Amino acid sequence: MSQRYELRFSGSGGQGMILAGIIMAEAACIYDEKNAVQSQSYGPESRGGASKAEVVISDGPIDYPKATAIDCMLALTQEACSKYFKDIKDGGILLVDSDEVKELPEGNFTLYSFPIIDTARKELGRTITANIISLGMITELTGVVTHAAMEEAVYARVPKPFLDMNKKALQLGFEKARELKEKKG
Amino acid sequence: MAGNKVKRLIQGNEACAEGALYAGCRFFGGYPITPSTEIAEILSVRLPRVGGKFIQMEDEIASIAAITGASLAGLKSLTATSGPGFSLKQEGIGYACLAEVPCVIVNVMRGGPSTGYPTGPSQSDVMQAKWGTHGDHPVVALVPSTVPEILSETVRAFNLAEEYRTPVFILYDEIVGHMREAVTLPEPGELEIIDRAKPTCAPEEYHPYDTNYDVPPLAAYGEGYRFHITGLNHREDGFPTNDSALIEEGIKRIIDKIEKNKDKILKNEEYLVDGADIVVFAFGSSARSARFAVNKAREKGIKAGLLKPLTLWPFPEETVRKAAKGAKAIIVPEMNLGQIIYEVERCAKGVEVAGINRVDGEPINPAQILEAIEKFS
Repeated sequence: MSQRYELRFSGSGGQGMILAGIIMAEAACIYDEKNAVQSQSYGPESRGGASKAEVVISDGPIDYPKATAIDCMLALTQEACSKYFKDIKDGGILLVDSDEVKELPEGNFTLYSFPIIDTARKELGRTITANIISLGMITELTGVVTHAAMEEAVYARVPKPFLDMNKKALQLGFEKARELKEKKG
Repeated sequence: MAGNKVKRLIQGNEACAEGALYAGCRFFGGYPITPSTEIAEILSVRLPRVGGKFIQMEDEIASIAAITGASLAGLKSLTATSGPGFSLKQEGIGYACLAEVPCVIVNVMRGGPSTGYPTGPSQSDVMQAKWGTHGDHPVVALVPSTVPEILSETVRAFNLAEEYRTPVFILYDEIVGHMREAVTLPEPGELEIIDRAKPTCAPEEYHPYDTNYDVPPLAAYGEGYRFHITGLNHREDGFPTNDSALIEEGIKRIIDKIEKNKDKILKNEEYLVDGADIVVFAFGSSARSARFAVNKAREKGIKAGLLKPLTLWPFPEETVRKAAKGAKAIIVPEMNLGQIIYEVERCAKGVEVAGINRVDGEPINPAQILEAIEKFS
């Protein structure tokens, strides 16, 4: 059976976690010619509340669409992190926002902590770009899709007036994750 | 990518809207409800662009009435809802069954009963689809489990509705409805499209329930054919009757038109079922969990297989009977407290049948199915 690669994007409703999941899936299945399934779970509210999107990527057919053993998870809030980290598999990756997630979960996974939202605010002036920075970081940390595929997927999804800002956000993500990786050695 | 075909990542509900447009649907009457709303949302934009009509009705009862009327005026018609709306539509569904009005009703299943769990998945309306409206009536229900299948099964639903002059249900759970997968949209002519038979006789000779046919041709209102439609048992000319022979003949004909053509209506997918010791019978997103579990079981050397119906009603009796022969057990995972399992039991006499059930708004996990497979192997 072909290998599944499972990603979970979690945060609070309105942070663009579902869009991040969609873009990751598009990078994989439209621009990288792999198979991808994106699913989500959310509460009745459109803002606030823990929200998560999941993406399963594989070279073969994908049956079960939800996460079973997560290879990489993003958490932009403490609530989402505490609620959803348990499914990360041994040797997996957890990326959290260092300002939001203070109680770091313990487990047999590699933890990366970075001020993603603050970087979005300071460098780009818009916290909403935190999801695109995250996509850049995850692409760099996991290599599950190519940088080129992720660039194409982001550019295809973003409205023209915001293209430059999102281009910058993605590159910033690549760069910051590279620095994090180097620090970890 | 073949030719100029575009591969797109789309949601299940979006695939339903695309399938409806492809099939030639030109009328949507509905009342938005989670988790089906995207179907209405997309068609409200797309239908007017192709000369179709979109109406947001005041409620679900009005919606089923609207699509029945639109269909009688000649348009392929659709409504989409979830459990609470499906309950409200039942009276109108019965009317469409007896009056033999082709139409398609989508139910994106969420947790129930009542308002239940709007954003959570469920498969608990499958028996409602069979018996929700009163009286003996024909039922055709399709149960896709992937996004590409939602598109192709929506096209098939319209074809069956048109061919057999009857309402057709599409039932899928919230997971499949909101999930995104890559779909290559079919080009015109790629998938078969069936249109209802129209009368060729003179208007004054037309009988909307002509018993010379299994499925009588249906004239469109406004094209010169005057005819009567009623929810009462009726004669060939559409007017009510108290003649017991005609009443029985009429009811039997609407049942038989489906029964006689079961071979053409049934559609199943068999995965490693041949020679399997353990057969999992699963539909919708539970079939996806089941396939995962079957693959895991095979890795462990257990002969497991998956029988996935795409047509749930009429029930694939013969296929289940065949799969049960030689099997040690049949496992039926469903996101309800046990509905389809009774149909499977009825067809798999002498074989152990075990259910896996869940009503907490979470999908049936592949591990749950694998555990059951291992238990019986």
